[in-house]
Amino acid sequence: MAQHQVNYASAAGLPIALTSVDKLVNWGRSNSLWPLTYGLACCAIEMMASGASRYDFDRMGTIFRASPRQADVMILAGTLSKKHSEFARRLYDQMTEPKWVISMGSCANTGGMFNTYATVQGVDRIIPVDIYLPGCAPRPETLQYALMMLQKKIRRESADMKKRPIQDLTNQKGPRKARLI
Amino acid sequence: MRKYTPKDNVQAKAYYTDRFWVSPRVPQSPVEEGTHFAKVVETLGAQCKEAYIVDGQLVVHIDATENFNVMKTLKEQCGYTQCSEQSAVDYLAQDGEFELFWQLLNIDEAKRIRVTTRIKQGEAIESIEKLYKSANFAERELFDMFGIKVNNHPFLKRILMPDDWEGHPLLKTYPLHGDEFASWYEVDKIFGKEYRDIIGPENRDPAMIDRYDTKRFSRIGYEVPFAADYTDEEQQPVEYSDTFLVDYNKPSKTLDERK
Ligand code: SF4
Repeated sequence: MAQHQVNYASAAGLPIALTSVDKLVNWGRSNSLWPLTYGLACCAIEMMASGASRYDFDRMGTIFRASPRQADVMILAGTLSKKHSEFARRLYDQMTEPKWVISMGSCANTGGMFNTYATVQGVDRIIPVDIYLPGCAPRPETLQYALMMLQKKIRRESADMKKRPIQDLTNQKGPRKARLI
Repeated sequence: MRKYTPKDNVQAKAYYTDRFWVSPRVPQSPVEEGTHFAKVVETLGAQCKEAYIVDGQLVVHIDATENFNVMKTLKEQCGYTQCSEQSAVDYLAQDGEFELFWQLLNIDEAKRIRVTTRIKQGEAIESIEKLYKSANFAERELFDMFGIKVNNHPFLKRILMPDDWEGHPLLKTYPLHGDEFASWYEVDKIFGKEYRDIIGPENRDPAMIDRYDTKRFSRIGYEVPFAADYTDEEQQPVEYSDTFLVDYNKPSKTLDERK
């Protein structure tokens, strides 16, 4: 037989891996982050490029979904106009928990160059944001890095969505402190 | 082209003194006899108050009440079958009036005409949607951006701004950052007015740095834990190094001293 075949019985062990529920659940969550197919302006072009074959988001388990009901992540890619803010919030509300938000580009972060009456000055005015991604527009690598940072963030969260504590990474030596957001 | 100004010694003085530069007017010439435009002016007759040529285009001033008839004549008798653009210019502060214009195109002759008129604030204009279908959206935009009512329009409704928007943004009196209604629009609409206090006013300063916001800004040189509260900490003045301070008032050329 093939050489890599493992004889569990003779190794005096069974295929057991010890873990915690938090780790297991978060491992699943962080490796299948499905974003909503939702672009607002020019940043969405970069988001599409990240999803296409050259940058290949799929290899990270990131597959764009056309329905907010199936999505975990909302990537707000572009300029959010005041007229549209209501619909963006509605889409966010329609996503099922657990859900995360990446604000992509300076327009979504702060309103960017559109310092005018018609643009929402930062999407965090209407939607809680997990990752702010700077740039105008951020390159696809930047978006991928943001997604990896989001995965890291998810992995250190509690799987219990009611708590969603985040750990204090600045205090690495002592016992890890968890605070509620 | 702007006049060239020498840009050396830029630290000492501002070199753009013509910041509010007013461009010279494009020269106007009278309508020449025997041309296509002369025939157009003749066809319009008394409806045309003033006509001249600018940049190879005929500009016709008309009475605001006659716009439909003028457009009908131009379309049916002069071959101007396309209305490519229509809007207004806010001259309220200057003259107390709006200038309205329609840009028409004759495909057979490859000629363009601009029909302009003036109306006061609160006056309405007749729709030309029955003649040119493209006027439908243009007139809605006119209404949306300037608040000019268009009579007999099939569906006069805001086109760019939300339906419940207050104010007309292309008026010169409308602030660029929006009035009170505009600045709270999304908060009022999604969460309700009582959330204004929680969410807070918009930050209109793109260079804003909050030294006590330890979530979004890192305190370089004075690192603190994420989301730590340092509001009651004593204000530390920014330190400058004396050795790196450069006296910009001293002339940079020191050749003479070296000699
Ligand atoms: S941040 Fe730049 S690229 Fe992105 S939507 Fe705004 S203007 Fe477009």
